[in-house]
Amino acid sequence: MVHTWSSLISTLFLLLLCITGLPLIFHHEIDELFGYDPKPEIAQAGAVKRSIDEIARTALANDPGSVLLYISWDKDEPNTVIAFTNTKVDGDPDATKLRAYDAHTAKPLGPVGGGPMLIFLKLHVDMFAGQPGKLFLGAMGFLFLVAIVSGVVLYWPFTRRLSFGTLRDKSRRIAWFDWHNLLGAITIAWALVVGATGVINTLAEVMLGQWKANELADMVKPYAGKPPPVQLASLDAALDKARKTAPGMNVSFVAFPGTPFTSTHHFAVFMRGDTPLTSRLLKPVLLDGETGEVSDARDLPVYLKALLVSQPLHFGDYGGMPLKIIWALLDVMTIVVIGSGLYLWIAKRRKHRSHASAAQPLLQPSE
Amino acid sequence: MTAARKSQSGGNGWRVYGGPLLLGLLSVAGLLTALMSEGVGRYFSWLAVGAPVLVTAWFYVRRK
Repeated sequence: MVHTWSSLISTLFLLLLCITGLPLIFHHEIDELFGYDPKPEIAQAGAVKRSIDEIARTALANDPGSVLLYISWDKDEPNTVIAFTNTKVDGDPDATKLRAYDAHTAKPLGPVGGGPMLIFLKLHVDMFAGQPGKLFLGAMGFLFLVAIVSGVVLYWPFTRRLSFGTLRDKSRRIAWFDWHNLLGAITIAWALVVGATGVINTLAEVMLGQWKANELADMVKPYAGKPPPVQLASLDAALDKARKTAPGMNVSFVAFPGTPFTSTHHFAVFMRGDTPLTSRLLKPVLLDGETGEVSDARDLPVYLKALLVSQPLHFGDYGGMPLKIIWALLDVMTIVVIGSGLYLWIAKRRKHRSHASAAQPLLQPSE
Repeated sequence: MTAARKSQSGGNGWRVYGGPLLLGLLSVAGLLTALMSEGVGRYFSWLAVGAPVLVTAWFYVRRK
């Protein structure tokens, strides 16, 4: 019963997640193909990088009437600077524009991450229904985990007489039943990891809110009641101080005062390490938005670290192209498990309704 | 898997859950290895995470 209902309720949404997730595994390659992953110009030997203040001014000039929210650097593309602009620092996240700039020339390179993949991403993340949609999909993901665990429990009475990997072709139902069991059984660990990390990701905003209400509030206590900065400090000076505060780390992105990632008064420079694991573990350095002086720097709490480390385990983008292809194949196998599960339920109902009495003991243990 | 079938200690339980359990452990090891190491770990992770795909292909070819 648990297996049937947890699966049935979530089936359509899980199919949506698996199908939209499939192209998202290759979003980098697809974005590149459609021109949403602009590349920097080849820098001349000895060329000096432009100041970030200049790039910030260029970004604002390219998008009149807007403000900067974030400036970020791709780990694998150090010669590109990405500027995030919107009408307000706390404006609608869907209205945020991402544009790439050449680090050496400050020339605009084009928009980042729009196009077809954005539609797939929105369908996958919140079905265009904002935070409620996201939390709803999180709940569906949780049902997926319940379906997997209850499936493991059921696996025993159904297959104890069969050796692992038996595929019979007695009837269409039995054939699909065997495929459902085999593919379900061997993808359990992967499906649990991708499912659980997906559920964790739906709670990102909740965790960020928690961090802002506790750790961040504590870090900016001395500034309580101060108005937002009127004149912003130099970005280059602020980034320089952030690098000195977190030696051996590189800048991942800087959040401007008033954006969701920092206080109303501070720049937050998020630093990353340089190994596969530490490059995920960001460390925020808070700097006074007016003076650019360092206010505080603390590691993120465990729950945010867990979120950051769990993200690659959901996306499958951390082990090169072969891992992405394996990710896609496992995703297709999961689609077969979900689809065959739905088919088996329909076939069983049809059979019950027609009062067919032909016994098929292997398919009959009570659920 | 032949060794698994001969094992008497776990009886049927091992026969039913043994294969998926081994593949599950292998998958988790592969998923974590790729996160920790960029070198040799990657090759291992491709094999370990990809094992269910290979096993499926093998059972498909061998089916009666």
